[in-house]
Amino acid sequence: MNLTLYVWRQEDRNDKGRLVQYEARDISRDVSFLEMLDIVNEGLVKKGDDPISFDSDCREGICGMCGQVVNGVAHGPRKKTTVCQLHMRHFKDGDTLYIEPFRARAFPVIKDLIVDRTAMEKIIESGGYISVHTGGVPDGNAVLIAKRDADAAMDAAECIGCGACIAACPNGSAMLFTAAKVSHLAMLPQGRIEAGSRVCVMTEEMLKQGFGNCSNHYECEAVCPKGIKVRFIAKLYREFIKAKGNL
Amino acid sequence: MILDGKIPSGPLPEKWDLRRAEMKLVNPANKRKYRIIVIGAGLAGSSAAASLGELGYNVDVFFFQDSPRRAHSIAAQGGINAAKNYPNDGDSVERLFHDTIKGGDFRSREANVYRLAQLSCGIIDQAVAQGVPFARDYAGYLGTRSFGGAQVSRTFYARGQTGQQLLLGAYGALLRQVKLGTVNLHPRTEMLDLVVVNGEAKGVIVRDLVTGAIGSFAADAVCLCSGGYANVFFLTTNSIGSSVNATWRAYKRGAFFANPCFTQIHPTCIPVTGEHQAKLTLMSESLRNDGRVWVPKLKGDQRSPEEIPESERDYFLERRYPSYGNLAARDVSSRAAKEVCDQGRGVGPGGRGVYLDFADAIRRLGADTIRERYGNLFEMYERITDENAYNRPMRIYPAPHYTMGGLWVDYNLESNVRGLFVLGEANFSDHGANRLGASALMQGLADGYFILPYTIANYLAETKPGVITTHFSEFIQSREEVSAFTNKLLSVKGKRTPAEFHRELGKLMWNNVGMTRSEASLKEALQKIPALREEFWQNVLVAGAGMKLNQELERAGRVADLLEFGELLTRDALQRDESCGAHFRVEHRTPDGEAVRNDKDFSYVSAWGYQGDGREPELHKEPLAFENVDLAVRSYK
Ligand code: FES
Repeated sequence: MNLTLYVWRQEDRNDKGRLVQYEARDISRDVSFLEMLDIVNEGLVKKGDDPISFDSDCREGICGMCGQVVNGVAHGPRKKTTVCQLHMRHFKDGDTLYIEPFRARAFPVIKDLIVDRTAMEKIIESGGYISVHTGGVPDGNAVLIAKRDADAAMDAAECIGCGACIAACPNGSAMLFTAAKVSHLAMLPQGRIEAGSRVCVMTEEMLKQGFGNCSNHYECEAVCPKGIKVRFIAKLYREFIKAKGNL
Repeated sequence: MILDGKIPSGPLPEKWDLRRAEMKLVNPANKRKYRIIVIGAGLAGSSAAASLGELGYNVDVFFFQDSPRRAHSIAAQGGINAAKNYPNDGDSVERLFHDTIKGGDFRSREANVYRLAQLSCGIIDQAVAQGVPFARDYAGYLGTRSFGGAQVSRTFYARGQTGQQLLLGAYGALLRQVKLGTVNLHPRTEMLDLVVVNGEAKGVIVRDLVTGAIGSFAADAVCLCSGGYANVFFLTTNSIGSSVNATWRAYKRGAFFANPCFTQIHPTCIPVTGEHQAKLTLMSESLRNDGRVWVPKLKGDQRSPEEIPESERDYFLERRYPSYGNLAARDVSSRAAKEVCDQGRGVGPGGRGVYLDFADAIRRLGADTIRERYGNLFEMYERITDENAYNRPMRIYPAPHYTMGGLWVDYNLESNVRGLFVLGEANFSDHGANRLGASALMQGLADGYFILPYTIANYLAETKPGVITTHFSEFIQSREEVSAFTNKLLSVKGKRTPAEFHRELGKLMWNNVGMTRSEASLKEALQKIPALREEFWQNVLVAGAGMKLNQELERAGRVADLLEFGELLTRDALQRDESCGAHFRVEHRTPDGEAVRNDKDFSYVSAWGYQGDGREPELHKEPLAFENVDLAVRSYK
């Protein structure tokens, strides 16, 4: 199939950036979206043009490195699918595609479709873990965990940290991302001890990093490639209220 | 040179305790005077860096992705082995040790493997304490499943995302140290050289992938945790950025490269669809617990799978390996699949595929149970192939996945270059000629959490901290060489892209040095690789400039190294004139197609030493002594 692409090109952080038109020719329906961009890039390189820079690594939807906005939707039109796992069979011959980086106040553009997501890492760094040392821990079965709790924790822990939720949110909020980590750890007995301090430092850091707040648009859940549920945001609020009550 | 693995004396179960008792310690007050560089932030790198930071060392971690959580350990699906014997099915440290030695076809060190089995249980405990949400049963106990090459259920898992959850656990521990100020992260940074001063590893030269700036970093010791080299085959399950450069540059600075020909081809991957595919996707081997592998008995049978009656199907793994059936070891299963496809009985486009059929399991257990166990894998399969595996068998085919070879290390994980430690997939140490499923996560974490923190202290205790700085001539020279290398790539201005060369190298390696190898195919590859390399340096087209973000340049550098490394891999395969594990030489097989080992002549580790460009590398050997297991014919029948 043949497609017309409008791709965001931006030299660096300070450049203004613009959409540039490219043609993608003879694209098989079985290649992935990123493979389609690889093909376009090979053509650009051969013509002596600067290829489009974009992030990817695992290309199997688990590392969270890739991320682009395709026709206004983070990770493109397929539900629960990262852009590296999106296949061209979901597009039609003659389609026009607008391809842009994940945009948010906290995500400066590095080049073209690559953004700097350090701000997300800062949220985890502030306290998104259990403070355990290597060694000296009890047997794995010493603390029993109800299956439904382990399953619910896993539902939250599946987050791949790609930032689509933030790009989709009109407020540029990292609430779903933060809530997923807060919930994952708060639902496990090992994580309960620090649950109160954790939710406080993580939400504080989130605001400090320039992420907005949540005003219940639920755009985040709609684009999340792992289907992380907004009910974890409610869980975050409950944890927050509990923690503040204890202060 | 005969290499010494520095294995402690004493009975096997006591070796690690004995070594720990004799190793020197660094005084807690002195630890903060030492700086340690860690390359790579996967399971091995993150667990090592976090543990070293906790102990009080200063740690610098370099990785090419934007966050440690992206490292390719994250993609490991199925699970992690541990000899917990929770199911009471007869498992023990002894048995995990035996299975791993046998799985590796008796080409690994007994002492290393035994230690790995001993440490396995502690890893599970550590991960649970970090909040890794392993699968639990209804009473709240940890669940397990079976994996290839084992008859006990010892694989712990977190849905189909075990690697992700373990990496996120280690990542949390790492970021905690970042917050505490012991660990510095250097994201989007690629190691381009190892700096060796007076025979000891004392730093690295790196490229900042955002600005293009070349930087020098000095330290008291360097740990390489940079993963494997399967991408020499181009189409693999590895990530796009995985490459050999860190270990290859260390090799060119004197570190020995061990057993490069031991490369694992994973039996359950989604088959190749076309020329422009950038990589292949693995379907966890855990699927073989419930899926049955088959092809039509008839050559060229074009019927769709449901039209083929039971009597006309060949469940070839169950037929050939009745006691392990669909769970035969990876190399054995991969070759069996290749053979039926070579006979013209393969399925799907191009006839390069076999069925993995869940119909029986769904009938027996119900679709819900199958969804619970493998739901995300079925979804992933559908996303890629557009087929629903609940109604129609999956199509799978083997693909390069993991590399058992790597830099040579002694029992302390130290390379022959002093002060250079190598962990995880980047070293060669524990899996012999074939790795069992769910053992990679185990090894990466054992190395990082529980081995390196002890053994590196033993080295540092004899080292005065902070003596070497980046002003030393070795740093300045190495930096110049790295800049010259980058400029050279940019100045060729030829006609073919780095990707085209990579694809061509990959095809050559896959066809000639892949699942089966012969003297003729290897010799042909040894002719063709240097020719391709020469063409690369005359005709590669690298767009853009050096002093800015340039993904083509990154790719070109990785391909340049792979073009050198591929030759070493091939040379190793040629010298190992036997079949063992994943290394299958057609000259050495039984009439029914099984590998024939030659213990008399090849019971050694081959470790190659660099002698300069254009000169043959030197082969060193470390003899393998087996005192606790019988060298048996490995059989899954
Ligand atoms: S590249 Fe890893 S999730 Fe897309």
